[in-house]
Amino acid sequence: MLSAQTVSNENKKRRGSMREFGMLFILIALAVFFTVANPRFISGENLLDMFRNTAILGILAVGMMMIITTGGIDLSVGAVVSLTGMVSALLVRDFPNTPVIAAILVAMLVGTGCGLINGFLVAKGRIIPIIATLATMNAFRGFTFIISDSAWVSAHEFPADYKALATGGLGPVNNLVIFWIVVMIVFYYFQTYTRTGRYVYAVGSNPDVVNITGIRKDRILILVYTIQGLLAGLAGILWTAKFASAQPDTATGYEINVIAACVLGGVSINGGAGKMQGLILGVLTLGILENALPLVNISVFWQNFIKGMIILTAIVANVLIKRRSTAQGLKRREI
Amino acid sequence: MANMQRTNVELDRLALQHSFDAKKFFIRWESLLVVILIGILVLNVVVSNGNFLGSQFFSAANGFMDKSFIVLSMAFVLITGEIDISVGSTVALSAVLMAISYNAGLPMALAIALCILVGAGCGAINGLIFVKFRELPTMIITLATMIIYRGVATIILEDRASGGFPDWFAEISWGSLGPVPYSVIVFALLATLFAVVLHKTAFGRELFAIGNNKLAAQFSRIKVNRDLFVAFLLNGLMAGVCALFLTSRMTSTRPNIADGYELEAIAIVVLAGIPTTGGKGNMTGVILAVFIIGFLRNGLGMFNVTSPVMSVIIGLLLIGTVLISNFFINKEKKL
Repeated sequence: MLSAQTVSNENKKRRGSMREFGMLFILIALAVFFTVANPRFISGENLLDMFRNTAILGILAVGMMMIITTGGIDLSVGAVVSLTGMVSALLVRDFPNTPVIAAILVAMLVGTGCGLINGFLVAKGRIIPIIATLATMNAFRGFTFIISDSAWVSAHEFPADYKALATGGLGPVNNLVIFWIVVMIVFYYFQTYTRTGRYVYAVGSNPDVVNITGIRKDRILILVYTIQGLLAGLAGILWTAKFASAQPDTATGYEINVIAACVLGGVSINGGAGKMQGLILGVLTLGILENALPLVNISVFWQNFIKGMIILTAIVANVLIKRRSTAQGLKRREI
Repeated sequence: MANMQRTNVELDRLALQHSFDAKKFFIRWESLLVVILIGILVLNVVVSNGNFLGSQFFSAANGFMDKSFIVLSMAFVLITGEIDISVGSTVALSAVLMAISYNAGLPMALAIALCILVGAGCGAINGLIFVKFRELPTMIITLATMIIYRGVATIILEDRASGGFPDWFAEISWGSLGPVPYSVIVFALLATLFAVVLHKTAFGRELFAIGNNKLAAQFSRIKVNRDLFVAFLLNGLMAGVCALFLTSRMTSTRPNIADGYELEAIAIVVLAGIPTTGGKGNMTGVILAVFIIGFLRNGLGMFNVTSPVMSVIIGLLLIGTVLISNFFINKEKKL
């Protein structure tokens, strides 16, 4: 019994690393393909630019990973990005003297509020996450149109230091990338080394047992949705700074990209499994697909198709690997 | 032995309680929907100064009928406890293929048949992937195919529109039999058909069994894979029908049409009292919910309520109804 347990644990470990290996393989294959097709792909300038374009996706994916780890999902993230971006843009348009840091804080505060609403609906309202966030997605998106009067805030209405948020950086590394790295490090630490972070996995693995062990499941749920709101707030202001415009329909459907990044990164949609290492691979793969196609003269109209096929291939390959390793595990136990 | 007997008695009592609750739920949930619908109809009549009773009723219904076809089959999918978020993209792909094949010289009647077939084909692909790889959640499969189908439509038409259909094609959605538009007649026929299949055939009852407990259904010799495949196939087929009516109403098509239809359909099905966890619900609720959302939009539109405000209202309505259901009516199974 004990040895069987150990074997299955070993299997699990191997399976986890294999999944990430598979993803790493796809990522390297893509990188090699693009480099061969156009050597400019591997240039530092292009890579930095790609990281800059992927940073916002990366930040959102961190929050989404935690939500999916609890067995939930957040469809409202695109709407929250749009709402917080619009709030901060309106703030700096109407009060040009607002320091940038205040705008960031306001955006994150609004985002946190949105996340808190989602968390409460899921944890206390006991509404299934996909429905709760589908409803709030409608509501937040509607609010964005209402507060902006359906109009854009355009580039010339932003103060220079606001736009500098997305153009400035530390040496060659853009601010957006720095934000992304900081978010990843903070939440890697949180998920791996703090008790609350481990509880997030516990809630997703087995909600019933979690209740028995006395972990306050509701609090964990509210926490992860609130974190996602906070990160979406940060992403919202970075988005408006990057594009130097705030539109009420910004990031429509972006939640699909974020979820896809998580799926590619090996985050199990059933909850309980998902690691930052895998997530980075998923985000980078999606980042390459979104940014590198023009380099090799593939029309942008092919982008979605290729993206979808890669996602499908990755998830199916993942299943096949899993089946094989389970079969091997059974053979080893001579069952 | 005595212990076992007690368990049996308890089980019986539980079963009795459960069926009692379920019955109460159906009675009260549908009657709640009827009350809401009557309220909304009265609102429509008042706002339109009585015109609603005359010509407006059917023209308003015609406006939201195309989407409603998907709702019928989405109900099947949700009852099995699965989900399909690819239908919006399926609509786009069917419509685009119909348009380009007609413009390439295919007779219109064949192009229409192709449209429906493509829809069914997309649904069949979803179903096939799912039954081959049952480990994969349908959320993820249809997320991938959602991106792929829309991607194929985008590759074909890029950012152009395609149209130029014969005059009689517009009649499909604009024509009527007496005062009743064809779309409403087709919907009535299909709704009856779906209701009969769901409630009066073995297949329909099996869908409920699958939604309640897939494993138990499997052990009861229900062909779970076949039933799930058919449910997804039907959903694709209905997306094809939707594409036909939508294209006829718009007179031309683009690859970005029907964006977000999947979420709207899911929202209506949930409002109808079918939880995304599956296993319960009925067609009466679904049909009532279709008209509630449709006429609510129509009525609010006459109030000059802008569409952002409308999406806030619909978001709140969804949350409100699910909360009512969770806390007052349906305490066991959460929506």
